[in-house]
Amino acid sequence: MNMFLETLLGGLLAGTMYSLVAIGFVLIYKASGVFNYAQGSLLLFAALTFVALTDQGVPALGAIVITIALLVLTAIAIEKLLLRPLTNRSPMTLFMATLGLSYLVEGVAQGIMGSQVRALDLGIEDLPIFVGDIMISQFDLIAAGVALAIVVVLSLLFNRTRIGIQLRGVADDTRAALSLGIDINRIWQIVWAVAGLVGLVAGLLWGARQGVQFSLSLVVLKALPVLIIGGFTSIPGAIVGGLIVGAGESLAETYIGPYLGGGITPWFAYALALVFLFIRPAGLFGERQIERV
Amino acid sequence: MNTSAGPALEVRNVSLSFKGVKAISDLSFQVEHHEICALIGPNGAGKSSLLNILNGVYVPDSGEIVFEGEHFRRMQPLEAARRGIGRGFQNNALFSGMSVLDNVIAGLSRHSRVTLVEEAFRLPRALGQERAFRQRAHDVLQLFDLEKHAETIVGTLPYGVQKKVEIARAIVAKPRLLLLDEPLAGMNSAEKQEVAAVIARLNKELDLTIVLIEHDIGIVLKLAHHVVVLDYGRKLVDGPPETIRDNPDVIAAYLGSEHAEVAA
Repeated sequence: MNMFLETLLGGLLAGTMYSLVAIGFVLIYKASGVFNYAQGSLLLFAALTFVALTDQGVPALGAIVITIALLVLTAIAIEKLLLRPLTNRSPMTLFMATLGLSYLVEGVAQGIMGSQVRALDLGIEDLPIFVGDIMISQFDLIAAGVALAIVVVLSLLFNRTRIGIQLRGVADDTRAALSLGIDINRIWQIVWAVAGLVGLVAGLLWGARQGVQFSLSLVVLKALPVLIIGGFTSIPGAIVGGLIVGAGESLAETYIGPYLGGGITPWFAYALALVFLFIRPAGLFGERQIERV
Repeated sequence: MNTSAGPALEVRNVSLSFKGVKAISDLSFQVEHHEICALIGPNGAGKSSLLNILNGVYVPDSGEIVFEGEHFRRMQPLEAARRGIGRGFQNNALFSGMSVLDNVIAGLSRHSRVTLVEEAFRLPRALGQERAFRQRAHDVLQLFDLEKHAETIVGTLPYGVQKKVEIARAIVAKPRLLLLDEPLAGMNSAEKQEVAAVIARLNKELDLTIVLIEHDIGIVLKLAHHVVVLDYGRKLVDGPPETIRDNPDVIAAYLGSEHAEVAA
């Protein structure tokens, strides 16, 4: 029983890391109907900038501030140079544009900061702690706490402020939002900047775990099943989807793995997502059909 | 309240086409301050297209719009909102997942005077504005007898009530000109009477200039001060309701095709 709990708990905590990546997608998809393929590159860009700065001797706090400033500028540039000229194009066109954007961001980031693997030390010791006789990774615990904090901040932003009202308005009905004098371009800039900040947090946590390098941008592929399970338009969905994927992977590896010769983790989430596509194509919390992607 | 001596709105020689198909041909008319101007005509006559030109969603091929003395070759949607052109949509365009109150607060966007930073960190000015907006929204809800629904999610309310919320959202920012696209469509006759009364009151008490599209000719003739009849994108007749009722062209073009519309 303890082993089951330990596996489950470890999986759930690891799942919040997936949720973090997925939230970045949900924000942008909700506000502009774009499946932002470049989310992974932005995440890599954020982590790489932070590491490059600290490697140059910039103190961590300063590096964070500079990285955030860069992310905000990037968001504004993306809105002005990419989204605005493509207003009213099909979702597929926008998706292709973000595909291109992802290569651009990756290329520029690596061109300037190099493509070698960099270690990222957040100062969190990855020693397990024991609750009763259940072993929990301290790092995962902190990561989960950070994910929780982000969700709380975002839900306050969405539900308690007038910016939040405008954000939800744009997500709900763009032409009505425009007719009320809501500056959609401004809202997009804000959303992309916030998605960038969420990407920064996810990038730092994932980077600390597996090193900062090109393959960091591939964590987007892990977010995909999370989004399919939770729904593309729901932040709670991204959380629950992440938890399901994390717990599912971990349990499957332990209990089903031995019968299949192990190595379940790389594909289990996708198989699970496929099942969800059959029984609930809009995801657990999704509002619309995902063929809009 | 008149800021200019001329009419509130002037449509001058406006034409619009979609891929070669003429939606509006060389249309001109004027809307005086404080009047309710009704656009009527069969489906496809170009009524909604015209509203879309007026608040900047469509760009006319030629012609211009004069709003309170200023000339526009094209209106930008944001510019239209900021100049005080409010808009209600056909079939509603409410933010259906949000509460009635939040919808109405969103309607105040054009009046926001605080910066993003003030808003994000909830500085005093932002909080002050928020209180003022909330108060203003509550006042308007009271005007529409919607106070009891303030915290209800809009999407769960009956259609007639939603329509009232949409009008409340459009007028909370005190527009100078209100465009309404079939505000009475899909309502039963009691709801129609109620919303028509609300529109008449807004016009009278707030001195609001209103341009509306409506198919219920009985209500139009009672409500409007001025009727513009469109057919195939052209102006058929333009005048006070009394002259419209007996006009043979109107009877042929509009009333004659009404049963076809009911079928559609």
